[in-house]
Amino acid sequence: MNQYFHSIRIDPEKCDGRMRCMRVCPTQAIRIRNGKAVIIEEKCIDCGECITACPNGAIIPLTDPFGELTKFRHTVAIPSPALYAQFGREILPDKILAGLKKLGFDDAFDQAFTCGEVSFAIQEYLREHKGPKPLISNACPTVVRLIQVKYPDLIDQIIPINTPREIASRDIKKKKSKQYGLKEKEIGAFYITPCPVKMISIKQPAEKGKSHLDGAISISDIYGPLLSAMESVEKASYKKALESICILGIGWAMVGGICRTLRLKNSLAVSGLNEIIKVFDDIERGKLRNIDFIEAYSCPQGCVGGSLTVENLYISYNKILKLIETLEYEKIKACPDIQEVRKLYKQKYFFLEGKLEPRPIKPLDEDLGKAIKKRKEKEEIYETLPKIDCGACGSPTCLTFAEDVVKGKSELTDCIFELPQRFKELSQELCELLNRIGPMNPAKPGSKKARKEE
Amino acid sequence: MSTENGLSKRFEITGGDFGKAGSISTKIKEILQEIGINSTIIRRTAIATYEAEMNVVMYAKKADLTLHLTPAEISIRVYDEGPGIENIEMAMQEGFSTATDEMREMGFGAGLGLPNIKKNADRFEISSTPGKGTALDITIYLNQEGKK
Ligand SMILES: Nc1ncnc2c1ncn2[C@@H]1O[C@H](COP(=O)(O)OP(=O)(O)OP(=O)(O)O)[C@@H](O)[C@H]1O
Ligand code: SF4
Ligand code: SF4
Ligand SMILES: [Mg+2]
Repeated sequence: MNQYFHSIRIDPEKCDGRMRCMRVCPTQAIRIRNGKAVIIEEKCIDCGECITACPNGAIIPLTDPFGELTKFRHTVAIPSPALYAQFGREILPDKILAGLKKLGFDDAFDQAFTCGEVSFAIQEYLREHKGPKPLISNACPTVVRLIQVKYPDLIDQIIPINTPREIASRDIKKKKSKQYGLKEKEIGAFYITPCPVKMISIKQPAEKGKSHLDGAISISDIYGPLLSAMESVEKASYKKALESICILGIGWAMVGGICRTLRLKNSLAVSGLNEIIKVFDDIERGKLRNIDFIEAYSCPQGCVGGSLTVENLYISYNKILKLIETLEYEKIKACPDIQEVRKLYKQKYFFLEGKLEPRPIKPLDEDLGKAIKKRKEKEEIYETLPKIDCGACGSPTCLTFAEDVVKGKSELTDCIFELPQRFKELSQELCELLNRIGPMNPAKPGSKKARKEE
Repeated sequence: MSTENGLSKRFEITGGDFGKAGSISTKIKEILQEIGINSTIIRRTAIATYEAEMNVVMYAKKADLTLHLTPAEISIRVYDEGPGIENIEMAMQEGFSTATDEMREMGFGAGLGLPNIKKNADRFEISSTPGKGTALDITIYLNQEGKK
């Protein structure tokens, strides 16, 4: 049953079945059953749309509480570059990293640097690649899951380079264990995450391997404490702080950041699942073969728009954009050494440790003939439905309802438009019955109705 | 016809309707995914359907597209009302196109559509009556022995 780990949970106490989540879910993974929302596990791609849509806060992201830190002898925070976008323009990464240390982490690592290395590695891969194009970035785990579920044929076009968060924690653990004489498992690496989906990529990596991270703490949980912690951080010189920023890495926080900082000419940057679906449909039709690389983020504007971020996404997008422009203008490039990256690349340092496999949704039936028959039934049921997608049956659309009926998950009578029809049929049958037994009964109950029905 | 032993679904395509272009191939892809057809076959079907759909949108007035699916094969028939094709042999050549400049602006008109349908189909028949319309019969076998 629990084949897939998911990063969200619905709290039945808080859920009052308002259907907002059901309507926004891009993969039609939510149903309302007995007045409460439930998630169909195999369909969910952990995009987090439902979390944002729920007015009751009933959909809870499963990130880690802060207390998890005590389980380790040494802890390191690895913030997503999206964290850097949450604070005003003068607050630069160095201050944020210092603030994280004040919060109780033994160390805070600037992941943007690893992002920069991975950007270079992507560039190398693009250069060498001879297979079908375009290649697709795997930075957003939701996008990877979308491909696994809905576009299994595009899996080989996902760049098989590991994510910066995994590479960074693998490296940190190795170095720290040497430095402090600790076992790797005594070191806790925590990702500061803009979205819950990163949590599952830790608990259940898409490529079937083991994550090097030990947990994820949401930006929204850490925001308040971090803001106060930063108050006591000494002010460094702005110029100096600026000089420590890796322009390549900072770009990972927003859509288009990788393409822009690598100056990829033949590339596209897309954000928002609906837009991504359009682009993927085009790739499947063979339309975008002349594009080399696609940067795709499920959240609007990229990770700055993640469901667990705090700042308005346009403001945070703008902060990153301005920062990139400033760095470009000042010609600051605190980036990894490309020669070094090339050397590591040749040693396969950057590649994914496991293989990505498709995760198609279970067919209507294992037997092809039966599956075709069921699909036909679905069509026939759908034709009898009002096609207004009212949702009252608990399924998001009339088409999904027809499917739920065929699968035996719903009853046709769950459709409120079917009910009057059923009543009519039933009362007709009743009248006929009464008419038949009528002559034997002098009181003739129901005769008036029976006449009306004629 | 032989609806008994399979699933049939009809779609209408309107010439010139670039807004909806491609939506039928997406719908067919979804149907095939629900049934659990192998993803390579789905992709081939989707590409062939898409090219046929686009040709109607670009060149014809309107068309009926029928999907017929049995455990043995997928069949896509596209019968359009339109100008028809004068010289089918020429139209089937890679690179031959009568697309307008506007269509080329939109990224069409490489003259690869029909050849692509042929490449992705196991059986492909095309016939046309100039001034009346064009008929495509595309078949893709489901048991892999059917080749490709
Ligand atoms: N349904 C049709 N009705 C009338 N003419 C057609 C039809 N389909 C194709 N043609 C003609 O055949 C030519 C070749 O079609 P084909 O699909 O191979 O290439 P294209 O549509 O021009 O370009 P591409 O498909 O690469 O965008 C077209 O340019 C057009 O003149
Ligand atoms: S996380 Fe996304 S895919 Fe999963 S149930 Fe919520 S809206 Fe649907
Ligand atoms: S775009 Fe970024 S924040 Fe949003 S789901 Fe993907 S990885 Fe998470
Ligand atoms: Mg064409």
